[in-house]
Amino acid sequence: MISSIFGLQHIEIAEDIVSETFLKATETWGIKGVPENPAAWLYTVAKRKTLYHFRRNKIFEKKIVPELTSRQPKNYEIPELNFSRQNIRDSQLQMLFAVCTPAIASEAQIGLALRILCGFGIDEIAEAFLSNKETINKRLFRAKEKLRAEKVRMEFPPENEIVIRLDNVLHIIYLLFSEGYFSNTQNQILRRDLCLEAMRLGLMLTEYERTNQPKTNALMALMCFHASRFDARQTNEGSLVLYEQQNKALWDQELINRGLHFLGLSTQGSEISSYHLEARIAYWHCTQEDSREKWENILQLYNQLLRINYSPGVALNRTFALYKANGREEALAEAEKLKLDNNHFYFVLLGELYKDLDNRKAKFNLEKAYDLAKTQTEKQAIQSKIEELQ
Amino acid sequence: MKDFVLLFRQPSLDYSKIPAKEMQGIVKKWEDWVGGIGAQGKLKQNGMRLAAEGKVLKAGGVITDGPFVEIREILGSFLVVRADSLEEATTLAHGCPALDTGGSVEIRPVFG
Repeated sequence: MISSIFGLQHIEIAEDIVSETFLKATETWGIKGVPENPAAWLYTVAKRKTLYHFRRNKIFEKKIVPELTSRQPKNYEIPELNFSRQNIRDSQLQMLFAVCTPAIASEAQIGLALRILCGFGIDEIAEAFLSNKETINKRLFRAKEKLRAEKVRMEFPPENEIVIRLDNVLHIIYLLFSEGYFSNTQNQILRRDLCLEAMRLGLMLTEYERTNQPKTNALMALMCFHASRFDARQTNEGSLVLYEQQNKALWDQELINRGLHFLGLSTQGSEISSYHLEARIAYWHCTQEDSREKWENILQLYNQLLRINYSPGVALNRTFALYKANGREEALAEAEKLKLDNNHFYFVLLGELYKDLDNRKAKFNLEKAYDLAKTQTEKQAIQSKIEELQ
Repeated sequence: MKDFVLLFRQPSLDYSKIPAKEMQGIVKKWEDWVGGIGAQGKLKQNGMRLAAEGKVLKAGGVITDGPFVEIREILGSFLVVRADSLEEATTLAHGCPALDTGGSVEIRPVFG
């Protein structure tokens, strides 16, 4: 919101004002308690700080800049600061489009979105990316330089570009959600925050006519279905519970229903995006009984997904669905063709498929997976699978 | 990696006479087979399915109804795959459901 007044040229000023506002909040609220309407309090303080900045800057511009240079006299008008709900929402959407520009790398786009739109600290972003503060600072700095150099403006793209630009925005939201959902960081609260922020941004897009496309709803459905398993996925100690072992009573039915609502809205129009397919796969995973029908549907959805979007993960999931739908023998033959020799999930899958059929081969593959696994959590999970064999 | 076109020829079949249940099975076979190529990351392009009807124009302005009047097999569809060699592309063609019904797969490198 503040950035839209300053323009992206001065994005740091907006960031500083926001940080100062939150700092002030923690100081004041700590002493006086949380005010009745915290959001209004924050906006008022931010507004005051913004105006203060303008005044200070005006003096600087008026008295000092002309002494230094006479070119381009700047005519600073203090703009009316409009902190209405409508204006805040529009500014956030515009900022989302500005940040999600293909001019900068996707990791930097996520970083900027987290910093500017979601108010995450550099520490948190570093932790989410399993990186350090310095790297993240550098990455964000370069991205902001690029925004400036490219003269990216805070505005909605023109009508004829919105569909193309929306694809990129949806992709960034998808990556943000995945970062939270599949991240290796142990910080469960942070992970959940990443997912919730991705959902908030997606929801914002559904509330605006031009961005409320079927694929936007498909992405929302996908996120709701996944998020419904938040509580079932982790133990009290914070370790991950595999899908098969999850307590299905912990699945959030409310979120599943929300997902169904968005899934319904996603079927308008004729486009079938990868979000549509993934949302339907996630939907089938939310149905409780393991049936032939369920796995047959999942297999066909993965087959379709592979036609538009290959990734090793999709290939492995598809092979698992093939095992459930068509049987072990066929899945094994297909799995052996994948040759994903650097991927530990590949060897976990082979281990699973050889289990009970040829335990020696199962063990051999799981041990390979163990060597390739990067995190301690994964190594532990694989180790217990090896022990199960004996 | 080079591109290869897989051309599927099958004896002409009137698919409208095949019961829905059986048709489902045929579609599943094709989907699973193409999915297998996709899972190896070797599917370049979906290709197209061709309708059974058509016309053939010959020299002298002779037009016949469809290619299947004179040829035993008709061209039903094609797929574009990526492979290192013609041999590898041929390996990918194994398991094609067209082979189950007495059809054939022709594997042709694409200039490029």
